[in-house]
Amino acid sequence: MTINEKVFKFKVEVILKKGVLDPQGEAIKQSININSLGNILDVKQGKLFEITASSKNREQAIKEVERICADLLTNSVIEEFTYYEVSE
Amino acid sequence: MIWHKETTLPKVDLVVLPGGFSYGDYLRCGAIAAKSPIMKAVKNFYEIGGFIIGICNGFQILTETKILPGALIPNTNQKFICKDQDLIVANNKTFFTSNFELNKTISIPIAHHDGQYFLNGPEIEELEQNEGIVLKYRDNPNGSIKDIAGVCSKNKRVIGMMPHPERAVDKELGSVSGLRMFESVISNF
Repeated sequence: MTINEKVFKFKVEVILKKGVLDPQGEAIKQSININSLGNILDVKQGKLFEITASSKNREQAIKEVERICADLLTNSVIEEFTYYEVSE
Repeated sequence: MIWHKETTLPKVDLVVLPGGFSYGDYLRCGAIAAKSPIMKAVKNFYEIGGFIIGICNGFQILTETKILPGALIPNTNQKFICKDQDLIVANNKTFFTSNFELNKTISIPIAHHDGQYFLNGPEIEELEQNEGIVLKYRDNPNGSIKDIAGVCSKNKRVIGMMPHPERAVDKELGSVSGLRMFESVISNF
């Protein structure tokens, strides 16, 4: 991190695309319903990443996060992502 | 044997990506290995028409690098499955299956947790049209779409499969179907 750089924090959510089987989500849904915790129609299990970037500006940080999501954190055949900036 | 941190391949006829839970299957199976320094050289090798086989985790790495289409996701029953598996040779016009008759049933062991092959509707049709489905499961153990156990690239020079042919190379092991595959490779050079 150089003197011109700032810290930006993001949360990235990755979830399976519609049509991809999610056996873990299905098992969780069954457990919820069997244990009468609620009447749930569907559960999808995904992943959450917290990323701390050091960049010259917000625009640059967002560009990096998008590249990380597309290149590594998701496989576009089965997953999609959303990200948002967080303060701390 | 070539270390994953290498950046160039020596002069080779065939690259084999073996199985084996690279990086503990973190993130997605094969996802982090697909970014290993050596994989750039493997991708170049594919682009110049090199022959490549990916077995199990090696197959997952080939899909993560987009050398092969599709993705491998957890088995529908969420269990690690380790057993002998009947397969059907769906394409015998590849360098790896040319010693088999079309539609022949062969037995090769599987040993995986994330072996369910997935590909979207339009792309699966394209794969079928290109004769990209090489091996199918006779009794689908993991929920793979169209019972797919192994696929090949458009140029038919790259093959990925979840079953382990290297574990079926001696009668004492229960099957020699894997040996037939490696003999196919040799007879094509």
